[in-house]
This record gives sequence, C-alpha cells and structure tokens, in this order.
Amino acid sequence: MDIKQKIDQANEMAVKRMIEGDPVLVDVAPASEVIPGMQGKMITHSGPPIEWKRMCGAQRGAIIGQVIYEGWADNPEAAVELLEKGEIKLEPNHHHATVGPMAGTISPTSPVWIVENRAFGNRAYCRQVEGSQQFGDFHEEALAGLRKWRDIWGPTFHKALKTIGGLELKPIITKALQMGDELHNRHSASSSLFANEMANAIARTELPREDMLATLGYVTHHELIFLGHAMAAGKAIADPARDIEYSTMVTAMCRNGTEFGIRVSGLGDEWFTAQSPLVDGLYVPGYSASDAGFDMGDSAITETVGWGGFVLGGAAAILSLVGGTPEQALAYTREMRTITLAEHPTYRMPAFGFAGTPIGIDIRKVVQTGSTPIIDTAIAHKDPGYPKIGAGLVRAPMDCFKKALIAFSKKYQ
Amino acid sequence: MSMEKVDELLTKPLVVINLGLSGFADSLEAQEVEVIQVDWVPPAGGDSELMDILDKLM
Amino acid sequence: MPLGFRILNNQYFDSVFLMRVNKRLSEEPGVQDSAVLMGSEGNKKLLVELDLSAPGVQQANANDLIVVLRADSEERCAEVLARLPDYLKGGGGEDVERRFRTLEAGIQEKPAANLAVISVPGEFAAREARKALEKGLHVFLFSDNVSIKDEKALKDYASTQGLLVMGPDCGTSLIGGVGIGFANAVRKGLIGALGPSGTGLQEFTCQVHNAGFGISHAIGTGSHDLSDQVGGITTLTGLDALDRDPGTEAIAIISKPPGTRTLETVMDRIKTCHKPVIACFLGLQTELPNTNKAFIPCDTIDAAVKASIHAIGGDLTTTSSVEGFDNKDMLSQEGAGISTVNKSLRGLFAGGTFCYQTQDIFRRNGISLKSNAPLQKDQMLEHPDHCSGHCVIDMGDDYFTQGRPHPMIDGTERAKRILQEARDPELRVLLLDFILGYNASRDPVGELAGAIHDAQDWVQQRGRRLSVIASICGTEDDPQELKLQERMLTELGVVVFRSNARAAQFCLDLIRQV
Repeated sequence: MDIKQKIDQANEMAVKRMIEGDPVLVDVAPASEVIPGMQGKMITHSGPPIEWKRMCGAQRGAIIGQVIYEGWADNPEAAVELLEKGEIKLEPNHHHATVGPMAGTISPTSPVWIVENRAFGNRAYCRQVEGSQQFGDFHEEALAGLRKWRDIWGPTFHKALKTIGGLELKPIITKALQMGDELHNRHSASSSLFANEMANAIARTELPREDMLATLGYVTHHELIFLGHAMAAGKAIADPARDIEYSTMVTAMCRNGTEFGIRVSGLGDEWFTAQSPLVDGLYVPGYSASDAGFDMGDSAITETVGWGGFVLGGAAAILSLVGGTPEQALAYTREMRTITLAEHPTYRMPAFGFAGTPIGIDIRKVVQTGSTPIIDTAIAHKDPGYPKIGAGLVRAPMDCFKKALIAFSKKYQ
Repeated sequence: MSMEKVDELLTKPLVVINLGLSGFADSLEAQEVEVIQVDWVPPAGGDSELMDILDKLM
Repeated sequence: MPLGFRILNNQYFDSVFLMRVNKRLSEEPGVQDSAVLMGSEGNKKLLVELDLSAPGVQQANANDLIVVLRADSEERCAEVLARLPDYLKGGGGEDVERRFRTLEAGIQEKPAANLAVISVPGEFAAREARKALEKGLHVFLFSDNVSIKDEKALKDYASTQGLLVMGPDCGTSLIGGVGIGFANAVRKGLIGALGPSGTGLQEFTCQVHNAGFGISHAIGTGSHDLSDQVGGITTLTGLDALDRDPGTEAIAIISKPPGTRTLETVMDRIKTCHKPVIACFLGLQTELPNTNKAFIPCDTIDAAVKASIHAIGGDLTTTSSVEGFDNKDMLSQEGAGISTVNKSLRGLFAGGTFCYQTQDIFRRNGISLKSNAPLQKDQMLEHPDHCSGHCVIDMGDDYFTQGRPHPMIDGTERAKRILQEARDPELRVLLLDFILGYNASRDPVGELAGAIHDAQDWVQQRGRRLSVIASICGTEDDPQELKLQERMLTELGVVVFRSNARAAQFCLDLIRQV
C-alpha cells in the first residue's frame, strides 16, 4: 500500500470514529473530582500552551478572576503576584480532556459539565458558559456568577442528571441543527430543548424549592447554555479519533487570544500554532474593532466536529449577529465541504436539501485549496476587566495547516 | 500499449472536466457535451515546497 | 401483500424531509403503501391503524426511524429497502451554485469523466495533467510553457496507462464531431487527421467540410510532439487509433517538419497502416518516398485536403469556382499599378501555421520572406516590431502575446499593426488571415474592418495602391456567420479566399508581376 492509500485508509477510520460519536451529558461535578490531572494550585485555560507573561489581556483578566474566586488571593494585585512568581500551574484545557469558551479558565472547585461518548466510553469536560468572567472580567459581579454556579446551579444540575440517568445529546443536536442553531454562537433551539428536559428532571430532584427555582430561572434564560454541552460533546467526539497513524484529519482547533493551535490525528500531541487572528465582526454599542482582542477560546472544537461555522448555511439567523447575507452563509458551508472528508449521516441541514454536515477537516485539502476553516465566534476586549464586546467570523490561520503538513511529510517519508 | 481506452475515447461520449478557461467549458456545453467547470486555483497558493508534498500525499 | 420494514436506530429526521422520502418510496413501481416515521408511541399506533405494522416495528423507540412498506412481492420489498441509504441521502433539490476549485473535486462530482481539458498556467500544467492521467483520464492540454522534459515524462506515463495526451500547447481537437478548444463546427465523416498545429487542423477540417465531406476525428498532438526529444508519442498513438477506427478511411497528418529521428519513426509506422496516409509536413525539404499509393506526401494543406478526399473515393471540384471569382481576372485587377517603389508584401497572421505555409509557398518559388517565426534562420527578422521588404509576421508568437490576448481572440494588436504597415511607403500587398470557430473572436473581420479601411484611405490619399488579400478559415455552421464575415471583407475591397495557401499563392503571383 503506498502512502496515499495509507492516508486515505487512516482518514476513513478517523472520520468514522468522529461520526460514530454518541455524546451523553452524564453529570456536573467539581473539576478536582473529575478532570484528570487537576490538583493543587492549578488553572487550566483555553488554547494551546502559553505562559502567563505571553497571555493576552482578556485571558489574564479571567485567570486573575479565577485566582480570587478560588480564594488564593484577595485582590487582583495579589493574584498577579502569585502568577508572576509562578506559584500557580497554568495548563491547556485540551491536555486534560477539557474545553472552555473564550478564556476558558477552570480551577479545582469549578463544577464542569461531563459528557460521555457512549460509543467509545471516553469522557470530556467543559466549564460553564457565561458572559463576563470568561471574557476577562474579574470584578465582583462577574465572580458572583461563578459562585452561584458552584453553589446552586451546578449542584442542582448534578442532582437532576443523576435523577434521570443522563441526557442524550445527539437528538437535541440533530433537531437543533434543523431549527437554525449552528451550535457555536446560536444555541436558542438547543438551549430550549435542554431546558425542556431539565425542567422535568429538576422538578423530580426534590431539592429545596429556592434552588430549583433559581436553577430553572438560570436555565430558561440562558440562550447559550448549550454551548457548554456542544463543546464537551465536540471534545468527546473528537478524542477517539486522535493518534491514528497516517491520518491527516484535524482533531482539535483552539485559541488562547495570542496563538491559534491545531492538532492532527497522525501527528499525536504536537500543536501547530500561528498568531491568533482578529475577528471580523459586529460590536456591542460602546465598543469597536480597536478594542478587540485576538481570537480566543476552545469553542472551535465545534467546527472541528463539523458544527459552528461549518453549518452557517443552515443558521442564517446568526448572520444578523455576525454580519453577512444568507447567500454568503450557504457559500461558507459549501466551501467547508471542499476541505472535509465526509458528510455526517445524522446531522443534516435543511437549507441544503437535508445533506449532512461537513465533518473531518483534512489538512491536505486546506493547503491545496487555500480554504481554511471558518469559525463564528464571540469577541473579547484586548484588556482585562471587560465583558463580551462583540461577535463575528474568523478564519483559522493557514500557517497552522502548512506547518502541520510539512511535519507530516517529514514524519511519514 | 493497450489501445482499449483510446478506442473508447473515440467512440464513447465525452465526459469532460475543464480546468481553467471557462470558454472551453462553454463551447463544449454548446455542443451538448457533459462538462464540469473547475475554477482552478494554484494549489497551496503556488508554494512549490508544499505542492511537492501534496503531490506525494494526495 | 407482503410487508417489509427497516428500523434505523438513533436517527432523527425532520418530519418534512421524511414526507419527501415517503413520497419517493410510494412512487416506486410495485410499492402499494409506505410510511416513514420516527418511532414515537403515537406514530406506532398510527402504523397499526394503517395496517403497516409488525412486531419488529413496534419495538422501535422514539429516537429510531421506521421505514415500512407493502409491495407486490417480498423481493420487491427487499429491493426498495436496500436503496434506503440513497433516499435518505438528501442533498437533492437545492439549487446551489457549486464551485469546484480542484481537479479532485471535479472528478468527485463527475466520476465518469474520461477527458480533462487543461488550460492552467504552464508552471502548474504538467502537475495537473499527471494527476488527471493517474485518475484514468485522457488529457487535452492547451497550456504551453511546459518543459520538453515534463512533456516527455507525461507522454511516457500516459503510454503505460493506455491514455492519450493531446498537447502541451494543443489548441484544437475534434473527437467524434465535438470540437475541443479552438475548433470549427465540422460535420462527421470518413477523414481522420492529426498533428501539432491547431490552426493547421482547423483549416484542414474546414476545407474538408466546405468541400462537402467530413471528419471522423482530428487529434491535436501538441506543438512539440514530433520533436526528437519527445519522439512523436502522441502522433504514433493517434495514428494507431485512427488506423483502428472503423469510422476512419483515410488519415492526414498536418505538421511542420518532424525531428530527423522522429520522421523516420513516423514513416516506419505509416508503412504499417492499413489506411491511406496523407502527410503534409510544411516546409520539409527532404524528399519523401511516394512509391506507395497508400502514402501521399503533400506540400500544402489544400493538397492534403484534395488527396484525402480522393483517398476516400471522393472528388474535389476545382478551386476557382469555390471563391466565386476568376483568379486571372482578379489578378489583373489587383495587379494594376504595381510600382517599383511600393511593392512589398506584409503578412499579419493570427495562425502561426499560415505564416509558415506562406513562407514555404514563397520559398518553393524562389522568394525568401522575412519573419519573426522564420522557416530558416537566415530569414529571421531583426526585430518583430519592424518590417522591411517582404515580410510575414506571426502575431500569435509569444513576443506579442505576453499579457495580451491571442490575435485569434482579440484583434486590437493586429489592427494597430495594420495601420503601422500602411504608413510604410513600401507597402503594396497586405495579407491577413481570419479564423472562425468556437472560442475565437465573435467578429474577427469586424475587429479589423476599421483598420483595413483606414489603411486603404491612407495609402490612396498618397496616390498609391494597396491590395488587401485575406484567407478565412471557417464553415457555415460556425458561430460567427462565415458568409457575413466574407461579405464584410468583400465590401472593403478585400480579395477573400477560403484557403491560406490560395491566398498566399495569389499574393505570390501578384508580387511577381513587378
């Protein structure tokens, strides 16, 4: 078998594994109890590996917030001191079977969503999704949200999920994709469907009424809550496709606001990075492009498994948020088909006559065609201390794929 | 050399992939030939090192 | 009536989509009744009411898809259900404008493709051609600036795969009546042709058509195929193919002289052909053996046309009646006033082969023409932009086409050159060619009409005469309206021939009247 055949065969296996992914939301639990390797004074963050001094403003702000939340410091200055002394371990979420949106910071007491991939038995974790601390806001109101999650909402979901024995995510994802969600920035349908299921489950938990009401209130008003599930599901779906010799399929895409990184199945744990790009988007009143930080977050795991920017064609509603026309949305999805290995048999897009979503990014096709994955994403401020300032579209940098292709040819020649 | 495939080219209907100038696809369509237009762009943005790698791997 | 069903676990489909699938199923011959639903309790009850249920069906759960049908026979049930994946594929009915950027994407879309037509920039062309060959496609390679080394490698590889490479630098082919590249609308018939010259094949096929006959196939070989470095690989394959083709009764080769070794190889192969071979190697100085009735060497494209028609048992009427005027009369008319001062011939060609054939006709009659694409080195023009004496210019040469459209497509540069030559007091005879057909200019004559008119005015105002002679290569079925193009020329006072050789001969006779 020549190398082309080996690659084709490996890719077939890799994308098949992703297609077979069967994500189930099984629990919510504190990170220290479930995330492999989470111990002592440690914070995991989004994106490829990066040291404190090179972190962007927003991620620093989020880390500072996380330190104060854990009680390791009383104020931002003290927190910075600890961090500069190197007393807190900072590691990528991806190194711990975990993902997190925007700054993506997780610390030992953070409850995380736990998704199990029933097809392979592996698990993946994702932190809560909110609009402040993960964008770099470390003020009291932002941290209050983290505490509520730790003390009330998280435990309630834990109880609810245990009561119903877990929640299958595939039916929700399938339906949501046909209802105009793209599962990165627009989760109205999936979050609604999730709320439906949770309302029933929460009501059955026999927890104190205030907690139930608080959590019900939280879940029914949180239009992006499903992003946490989608991201954990994405990670759980992608992980079994890792480490397949000769495969040129992408198994992770993530950003830390400074660098954009990808991993490739046939190239193991190596990260291929490039400068994180600027997002092209629309801004909340009071902010503009000059305030924006670079692309950030592990949420590109959704595009890695064929959602998000890859299904913009089915989510024309997102365009009012990120700026664009329905024709452009269709064109993006068509374009993504030219760089992917397969169509998903279950996840379908009505706007394309119910054709399957494009899945399995092939680094060869990316380099050959010049088309890089398109991601629709939120925008953080370049400085710490701010909430979400906008949303838009961004392309994964071509350099990551070129570097990976060159490394691949060196490894397999 | 086996002439089977060349014989077929002369006897079976043409099914064409046109890479490049769209006028060639248009004139074939005008003659009712089944043709698909590829708006070709240089692979790997024209980078020859990457093109060589792609040749080996694709 | 037998019932068949399938349960697809853990699937979800939109109800609208499922209704479309059900409609297609119900339209299948032999299917009497069908249902496509998710396995909810309500749906399962419905299936019972519709008499479309079975124990296995009732076991489905809400996340499963049930496909159930009644058909004429158990076999029919099984047949239709076996095609379920196709029905569920979706993707049809979207009017999405599909854009393909790579050869691979094109092949994925059209797996039955048998020919790649490639006109990408030269530095990428060999690579794409190679990929096409690896995928089992024949190649028509229009791109030029492909190295001889790459050309040989491509053609050697193609031979191992039993495939044909028409090119590089191949402008024309006619396969089974279909024109590829720059080709004319020519009826199908019994004469086959091949060769490295696009415009040579175009004129040959047009003349055959205009004489009332037809072309089986005209195979372009690419301009360097007959060089000694390439060795005529495509020519030899083409000869083989036409010799085997039941629809071909005579084979014509239209070319410039091959490399010495290649000429030998080709002649050896010709000896084994079962059909008559007519070879027109324009400008060939060596004598070819004319011993065999089945091999006819010719000096001009016209002679090749005549010999080919004769070889299939046809008869070509004499040339003068084709043109509609008497050559002698026209000669005296145009020849009046040939002075010793302005007596030069200037030819401005879109077709390189016509420039070449013209030089050859003059050479055989003892007159040497200067050119930017000379027959022999000592005829080389000092600078392509400046003519002196009798001179013929190939305006399709690289020098003129860098960053500009080829004169077959756009007449702007030729129009300018016509005016430039008109200003030379030496000019007496202007020779032009016009090429019709697919992908050529929509109005070749119209593009030069203004310049021809202005040139004539200029010369006349200075008390001199200018004869404008033109050949037109085309058929009445071409998109450009041959008769109208000819009329436009005649109304401009241009003497029009449907053959470059006859036009050149006319110029020769005209010039010799000095």
